[in-house]
Amino acid sequence: MQDAATAPTDAERPVRKLYRSSDGRWLGGVARGLAGHLGLPVIWVRLAFVGLFMADGLGALLYAAFWFFVPLGLGGVEEGRKGAVTTEAAPDGRLRLVARKPDKGQIVALIAMVIVSMVFVREVDLGGPAKPYLWPTLLVGAGVALVWRQADNSRRARWIQVGRRRRTLTLLRSAAGVVLVGAGVTSIFVIQGSAEDLGAVMQASLAVLVGIALLAGPYLVRMAQDLSEERLMRIRAQERAEVAAHVHDSVLHTLTLIQRNADQAGEVRRLARAQERDLREWLYQGMGKSTEETDAEPETLAAAVKRCAAEVEDKHGVPLEVVVVGDCPLDVRLGAQIQAAREAMVNAAKYGGEGGAVQVYAEVEEKKVFVSVRDRGPGFDLDSVPADRMGVRESIIGRMKRNGGTARLRAVPDGGTEVELEMERAEATS
Amino acid sequence: MSEPTGATGPAAQEQPGHGERRVRVVLVDDHRMFRTGVQAEIGETAQTGVEVVGEAADVDQAVTVITAVRPEVVLLDVHLPGGGGVEVLRRCASLSADPERPVRFLALSVSDAAEDVIGVIRGGARGYVTKTITGTDLVDSIFRVQEGDAVFSPRLAGFVLDAFASTDAPPVDEDLDRLTQREREVLRLIARGYAYKEIGKQLFISVKTVESHVSAVLRKLQLSNRHELTRWATARRLV
Repeated sequence: MQDAATAPTDAERPVRKLYRSSDGRWLGGVARGLAGHLGLPVIWVRLAFVGLFMADGLGALLYAAFWFFVPLGLGGVEEGRKGAVTTEAAPDGRLRLVARKPDKGQIVALIAMVIVSMVFVREVDLGGPAKPYLWPTLLVGAGVALVWRQADNSRRARWIQVGRRRRTLTLLRSAAGVVLVGAGVTSIFVIQGSAEDLGAVMQASLAVLVGIALLAGPYLVRMAQDLSEERLMRIRAQERAEVAAHVHDSVLHTLTLIQRNADQAGEVRRLARAQERDLREWLYQGMGKSTEETDAEPETLAAAVKRCAAEVEDKHGVPLEVVVVGDCPLDVRLGAQIQAAREAMVNAAKYGGEGGAVQVYAEVEEKKVFVSVRDRGPGFDLDSVPADRMGVRESIIGRMKRNGGTARLRAVPDGGTEVELEMERAEATS
Repeated sequence: MSEPTGATGPAAQEQPGHGERRVRVVLVDDHRMFRTGVQAEIGETAQTGVEVVGEAADVDQAVTVITAVRPEVVLLDVHLPGGGGVEVLRRCASLSADPERPVRFLALSVSDAAEDVIGVIRGGARGYVTKTITGTDLVDSIFRVQEGDAVFSPRLAGFVLDAFASTDAPPVDEDLDRLTQREREVLRLIARGYAYKEIGKQLFISVKTVESHVSAVLRKLQLSNRHELTRWATARRLV
């Protein structure tokens, strides 16, 4: 947990389930989780547990049972926690868990536990025959606790990336747990029978274990398989649901609109085109993006060019085919270039859209960014355009010049016009 | 959309009388509606010179039909039940390698995801066009492929430029893993929507030379192993 880690920001919990709290916990997070579930201050729950502990160790049993059976969950408490974990907004807008100082709380809790159990062991007279088993049992308990804590950690590691170097520690801990349990169990055997019988006992128990494994093995394996299969199915079902939701939201909506506008060919074409683009974007560009994200201002050249083309396409009903090679972050000058390109696209769509799709090509090179917009329309001659028409001169050529780039307009031999825009890339971004 | 290379008008003039030449084509696509549509657009043999001699809806059918009728060109959908277009290419590899009567594959897909495009090209397809292509352009592409040329759509040209531009790893084979200046120029012009003839005029070279450049690029794309192009395309999510 030392590493700064990313926590999912929108952990939704529709049904309030009892979880052990994964943050702000002292020992297993039982008390905190319970407090969160019951809506009580944590300290009350902790005191209650201590109180119960005094009553013949009932608290310890309860606590252990909770620890054992209640799964570790995220959060668990909404109230402010005192310094154990804090969240802060990272530059990318996500909440980050800030590194936790070595848990003071945990140490306090452990010491308290030890003291209380000392007292407990002293106070309670377990009687003659049970007495020898006390220490081995405690040993086994400690081992089990260690391993289970480990399970907690690996569970937590799924939400929070823990550094790789901790792997040895994990292994060590698991091993220590196993050794403790082994030692405990062995000493029970040793105490029970005399040491000579140990070999026979070991053999017998081994035989029993193998027998159980043979009996239960296939069943366990099948159960594990079933479980993983079920999980797979669930994931698939979730994906399907996501696709269905998207199809429902946008495609059906568009189809309805198309039916309503069936007599307006232009509008139908525009709707279909917009839907196609949207679906393509969604299908082939990773499904993770939500609509809010795609609505945000584009930050890279490729995204900006695509956005621009989409807007022009929607507005003028002429298909634009966009090919982008390479990508780079946007800056002021590239922003100006995009503006100029947009103007060129609008012109191409308005005057040259009859001849087929407008072709938009953008390439990010090492030193410069090149954008070309070409149409297959009738073409036009810049010199013949009246001087008072500022569209091309100002919005395209002028804009590029002012920002240190160049713009070229030329007639393509077999009809159509091509606008070529070149802009030097800023030094820092190379 | 004027998808591929051959422009509508000029190309038709260049190859007078499609009627004289015949090309036998098999359509592989799992959507019956789409097959019917393509058949309607290009299947008028008297006018287009294209004779649709077989159809298939999945990988197994495709392999059976192609082996049985030995067409000259296969229009191959990328997404197919049974393993996709790549699987068909793999199982028909011996047919397309036949020096006497090679079966050539032209990928035709609605998808323009980089991994699909580059996947089938690396699998051995001679070209890639999207389904928005017009009938005339498609016929033109079919003839081009039949003659052994490559057919690059602007988008495919963009992918290839991008793939060969990332030079972070040193090339294993200089000849394969780099594009020449000329090839790059040709690809750029394709990506900008130029037809072969226009490219020829622009660069003062003949259409034949343009074709040989494009074929060279295709060969490099199919043989280069440096980039593991498919993975590249997926990783960068280029569309």
